[in-house]
Amino acid sequence: MHMMWFTERAYHYDPETDPEKFRLLENQILKIRSFFGTPNRFFDPEHGAKLLNQYLDEKVYTDQELLNFDGVMLNEHHGTPFCMGAVMDVEAAALAAKTKRVKIVLLGNPAATVANQLRLAEELAMIDLISGGRLVSGWVRGAGSEQFANNTNPALNRELFEEAVEFITKAWTTPGPFRYEGRRLHFRHVNPWVLPLQKPHPPYWIPGLISPDTAVWCAKNRYPYVALATKLEPTIELWEIYGQTAAREGYQAGPENFGYLQPVMVGDNQARAEELGKRLLFAGAFAHFARPEWMFPPGYNSKAATRRLAQLDTGPNTSGKPLFTGSGEESEEQIEAVKRQIYGGYPQVLKDMQMIAGTPENVIPKLKMILDVLRPGIFSFWLDGPVSAKDRKRCLELLNRDVIPALREHGKKLGLVSPFERKPGSVPLARESSYETVSDSGALSYSISFGDPA
Amino acid sequence: MASSEWSERIISVAGVELPVITAGSGKPLLVLHDELGYPGWLAWQSELSREHTLIVPMAPGFGRAPRIEWVDNTRDLAAVYARMLREQKWSDIDVIGFSFGGWVAAEMLAACPHQFRRAVLVAPGGIKAPVGELMDIFNMPAQAYLRSTVFDPASTPEFSKLYGEPNTPEQYELWEDARAEFARLAWQPYFHNPSLPHILEGIDNSQVLLIWGRQDRVVPSSVVEAYNRALAGSTVAIFDNCGHRPEVEKTDQFVSEVKGFLAA
Repeated sequence: MHMMWFTERAYHYDPETDPEKFRLLENQILKIRSFFGTPNRFFDPEHGAKLLNQYLDEKVYTDQELLNFDGVMLNEHHGTPFCMGAVMDVEAAALAAKTKRVKIVLLGNPAATVANQLRLAEELAMIDLISGGRLVSGWVRGAGSEQFANNTNPALNRELFEEAVEFITKAWTTPGPFRYEGRRLHFRHVNPWVLPLQKPHPPYWIPGLISPDTAVWCAKNRYPYVALATKLEPTIELWEIYGQTAAREGYQAGPENFGYLQPVMVGDNQARAEELGKRLLFAGAFAHFARPEWMFPPGYNSKAATRRLAQLDTGPNTSGKPLFTGSGEESEEQIEAVKRQIYGGYPQVLKDMQMIAGTPENVIPKLKMILDVLRPGIFSFWLDGPVSAKDRKRCLELLNRDVIPALREHGKKLGLVSPFERKPGSVPLARESSYETVSDSGALSYSISFGDPA
Repeated sequence: MASSEWSERIISVAGVELPVITAGSGKPLLVLHDELGYPGWLAWQSELSREHTLIVPMAPGFGRAPRIEWVDNTRDLAAVYARMLREQKWSDIDVIGFSFGGWVAAEMLAACPHQFRRAVLVAPGGIKAPVGELMDIFNMPAQAYLRSTVFDPASTPEFSKLYGEPNTPEQYELWEDARAEFARLAWQPYFHNPSLPHILEGIDNSQVLLIWGRQDRVVPSSVVEAYNRALAGSTVAIFDNCGHRPEVEKTDQFVSEVKGFLAA
């Protein structure tokens, strides 16, 4: 198994040491029901600098020789306190130089929304060289809001994304100089001098929020798919879509084709860890990542996805209205009521294991259950929410000391090989009909609690 | 599909089958719908079809008609319509275009003024607003955009009939298809073509009528003024207490203006 550490590098304040700033920022986000679009006058560069370095230091910590982490994972978002990593490759470059051992897993670069894909190929090649070949180069279409932040045409996103990945691959693998004239991209002189260390190119992993189109694309290209903290049932369904597509392509998908990201908060005290885990819901978390019109810009979704949204958006409960009109004029009382609703949902979040919080003894059985069900070869721990550097560090220490060794042993028993141990797409399948399901839905259980047999 | 007043037929152009509504009798009048697609048969069409043969193509990609893969911008779409006119041998034809459709009509005029006898541009996009901004339709859900297109939805019964809530999933899907194609054509530069005003210069100004509602929140007055400058003083009809949809907000006044202009 490949086990790694992830955080969004959120901009926020610790409610215990900075309660007023914490409250002001959360209220501001809730006023527009959206992290994206929060006015940047709320950004304090000194505080931002402190947080960014703290997040980098954590990743450097995981790199120590005797620790159990295999990788660190980064992502990228623009114009939002949700994630300060607006240019992930800058952080990756710093980590390439500051670390020696862990894989630097970028999930992923928004290939369609960057202005110059040749420059992106050059950036990533340099990171791969500086890190000594530790780069995993993931690709994303970019969230809907990224189309606004980068002013890239959402209606062209998918075709541009696919062409961009194809072009970058070509730039890395075809001897230059050559001319590239595609449907959307044009490069007169392609001859990047600095090429990646890994051959034919760094591995590609693709994160997603269970879009079937992306799963099919990944399966066809034999790229591992990493589900980002999605609910388990639809994730199982998505594994099926991937697995069946793989079978049609003539190979048996396995753990090496799948990854999963899981929010966790591990601490020494069960109640305290659960309390800290609750902060993942800060300002509504992903539910308020961006307003619907920014999440689903025109043409960004496939026809099938638009049809599903049409049913949802015109359903009896919403009467065709946007979820929120964004007047920004709600009273403090209304905002407080929204907060009560958000945090009041925490027991269900715990029950659904959308956050697994507690002592190592408590979280290990739950995490093992997830491994039993999804059988991923890649697993990422995700800690977010306004939690102090000290508590975050303790979480890392406990993951390293107790959780990762237990999961690694369990993963071995289950045969959960990572893409580094078995090349994705390398197990041939003689007949499509002999395809075997990768996940094990029978192992799904939400009633695991402290003291259950591991 | 058909009613007692109109019927729908298919016209092949540039390799796609375009549904086209036709209605009425008299001089042909090409009708180019707005950025959210063809809304359906309305009172103004019924009135104008008494004196004109209305020809209403469903723009490719806008929900009702398949997309043309190589159409990348509004000028491309204008060229597709020009090809349709040529192939259908529609000459001595008038045009009326609404908002985005007004822009398409202006592109056609700019490319070949003789394609049309007379042109009515209703709150047209297409020129960058010298003052203010063209409303960003993509920055809001379709329903919010629709609400902002009329000055007083409550006293615009035809608007409520067309777009009143609750909306159906089919409506939502059509709007999203239209928005997607509009984004393909006009995301950047947004809703305008920098070269258009320059190419319009010198066109016979008596050929064009501009209609604009004084309370239009989508297309600022400066855009209509810019059209007027480029065309060196075409007729501008400004409707009071009216937003972006004069044809449904002030139907009688609208029909009267258009009839008068096209009768000349």
